[in-house]
Amino acid sequence: MRTTQVKPKAPEATVWRHHHILDIDDFTREEIELVFQTTRAMKEVLSRPIKRVPTLRGKTIVNLFYEPSTRTRLSFELAAKYLSADVVNLNASISSVAKGESLVDTLGTLQALGADIIVMRHPHSGAPYIAARYTEARIVNAGDGWHAHPTQALLDLYTLHEHKPDLKGLKAVIIGDIMHSRVARSNIWGLTTMGVEVTLCCPPTLLPLGLGPIGLDNKQLPPVKIEPSIELALDKADMVMTLRLQRERQRSGLLPSTREYIQLYQLTEARLIRAKPGALVLHPGPVNEGVEISPAVAHGKQSVINEQVANGVAVRMALLYLLSGSQKQ
Amino acid sequence: MSKKVIMTEEDIKRTLARIAHEIIEHNELLKELILVGVHTRGVPLARRLAADIEGFAGVKIAVDTLDISLYRDDLSSLELKPVVKLTDISATIDGKSIVLVDDVLYTGRSIRAAMDALIDLGRPKSIQLAVLVDRGHRELPIRADYVGKNIPSSRHEEIKVNLKETDGVDEVAIIPMPVAKEGR
Repeated sequence: MRTTQVKPKAPEATVWRHHHILDIDDFTREEIELVFQTTRAMKEVLSRPIKRVPTLRGKTIVNLFYEPSTRTRLSFELAAKYLSADVVNLNASISSVAKGESLVDTLGTLQALGADIIVMRHPHSGAPYIAARYTEARIVNAGDGWHAHPTQALLDLYTLHEHKPDLKGLKAVIIGDIMHSRVARSNIWGLTTMGVEVTLCCPPTLLPLGLGPIGLDNKQLPPVKIEPSIELALDKADMVMTLRLQRERQRSGLLPSTREYIQLYQLTEARLIRAKPGALVLHPGPVNEGVEISPAVAHGKQSVINEQVANGVAVRMALLYLLSGSQKQ
Repeated sequence: MSKKVIMTEEDIKRTLARIAHEIIEHNELLKELILVGVHTRGVPLARRLAADIEGFAGVKIAVDTLDISLYRDDLSSLELKPVVKLTDISATIDGKSIVLVDDVLYTGRSIRAAMDALIDLGRPKSIQLAVLVDRGHRELPIRADYVGKNIPSSRHEEIKVNLKETDGVDEVAIIPMPVAKEGR
């Protein structure tokens, strides 16, 4: 005789430890799952005829961008607006920053003006960490130098999770300029936290620093596999992420030529066949079609590039919700 | 902790059956009715009421779910952030009669939030409210159309509704609240 089975209790409330979102190297699996759950609810809001909820009414969010960005800034701006926050965009190149104001002074000004959350993109790795020390506002890192892009990694993880609910044990391949990629770094952290096996594939000159011998734990990045051959790297992969090859790398001496890179590392249909059937193709954008990815793959059935953009808004709404309000440390 | 049980499994079952009869009595067009359960415990209560109504009147009633976290007026002051659950309103609510279902009616603020959330989703013909327990202490001009049990309580007590679907047991209890911590 068995009594009625009781389903495990879903938590009704949670302690959100993060006062800022600087990277996801300090996120636990449970916290990432909470972001997934909250994102699902936000997607429901986005599916309504009137996609606006009053959650952040009266809160001021500043987008402080020291680097050009279209999709990330737009995505944060829409996320904030759908939650009824007031949004101000500050483009550093045309503001008093161009007149020589320091980061710390700018933050002081924004705080005095009543910013509750500052979404910040900066060309220098670590800048958001300094910002977090000098302001009462909450800082969301929207990309800092080569270091981290946590919201992009979370939206990538969420997009994968929508297709493959349990990520544990799956195999991901990241192809491209990993050394200069904050997206890759944050994804390496996020994917390994979720139990995904990560393989990096790139010319040896574009491997990031801080990678230890395979299988050894080191402080800078979690253990990953390195496979310079794209054909071998793609073998039985569940998901493939290609990164943009920035044109300036071509002149940096790290690559012999773009044409060689295309020949050796472009994700093509012929190569994608080596991955598992239905393997997902991701790209953080903007895409250089015909360089790191062939147009046929970028627009193919396996590509989830447009879903990534759409999910970006919902993930950022979830993060703004989770950041708002809770007690200061 | 001295817990006092005020409704047993049998009490809850009888009470819901009575509310189901009252809902049938007050709504001639049962087909136009939607039960909307407020997360968390309003959802299983709404499902049970729908099953009762189907049993008594032979009409299948739609059950939708509503999460009010994004509409709360106290988010900034909450130490524990509510986990946002899925709002699932399947069809249009325009012109429909809605019965909101929740476990405990207290200050009325949750119901205010629930009504705001519903009105953002459409223009229902009417909104009624069914609760298992009304414990008083209203802070807004809100009352329930269907009340399972009135439990006059002190603000220093907690009314805990446990349901099989969420807590493994059917029971309503009064629990004296722990002494408030200092510095809040």
